[in-house]
Amino acid sequence: MLPGRYLLMFMVVIWGMISVPACAATIQVSIDNLVFSPAELKARVGDTITWINRDIVAHTATVRGGFDVKIEANSSPSLVLTKAGIVDYYCRFHPNMKGRMTITAE
Amino acid sequence: MLVRSSTAIAAICILSGAAFAQGAAKPTDPQIAHIAYTAGQLDIEAAKQALSKSTNRDVRAFAEGMVGDHTAVNKEALDLVTKLKVTPEDNDTSRALSKAAADKRAELARLSGADFDNAYVANEVAYHKTVNDALETTLIPFASNPELKSLLETGLKIFQGHEQHAEQVAAALK
Repeated sequence: MLPGRYLLMFMVVIWGMISVPACAATIQVSIDNLVFSPAELKARVGDTITWINRDIVAHTATVRGGFDVKIEANSSPSLVLTKAGIVDYYCRFHPNMKGRMTITAE
Repeated sequence: MLVRSSTAIAAICILSGAAFAQGAAKPTDPQIAHIAYTAGQLDIEAAKQALSKSTNRDVRAFAEGMVGDHTAVNKEALDLVTKLKVTPEDNDTSRALSKAAADKRAELARLSGADFDNAYVANEVAYHKTVNDALETTLIPFASNPELKSLLETGLKIFQGHEQHAEQVAAALK
């Protein structure tokens, strides 16, 4: 039983949330000499991570039971973050490469 | 048999390292380039054998990674020696590595299925350990050209990754 005015405000707020998602950012992670840089980062759900591989070999950004992004030599693939949480990822081809993302809700 | 062959390779490298360390037999840049290139080619050949024999997904993915990475590193090495006008020079260490790898290939050729997979991956762990050790203790320290040294250092990081990858595959096979 919301009074009309509150209902309207509520609708406006909801509409705002739907049509203008929190400013989603693009965060770049460079790969140089088998190092993810930054190795640790903070991001929000909806942000895009772009890995920039400057190495001569292919890598991956892989989470056990989660995403698996193939990163060819000299390529820059992206991934939109869809879930909050602390994510430890590594390269399947070179497990000595590790990174961590702390992802908060929008 | 596997352990014996791996030990033989290790012994060769330790001996070579010792020989290098004795001053007169310091490896030159052309020899270092030859050893590093040969080590890469031998691992590509081992991977090709694995791709022709294995049906295990993890083993095949590992082998494909070895072909891709060592091909990429060796292409860089060739480009670099061309640029530096260095002609890689064959030497006892390269010959010993090639001989040990040929023996191992013949041994693995007689195996199949899980026996092959286990033996191939175990040898990859041992081989990368040996090569990485040679890079750390001999090849990188004795390399005099900074670009060659830098490429070897990059190679070492990549091959340390391979060693860990091989260990993971070996653990998963058990």
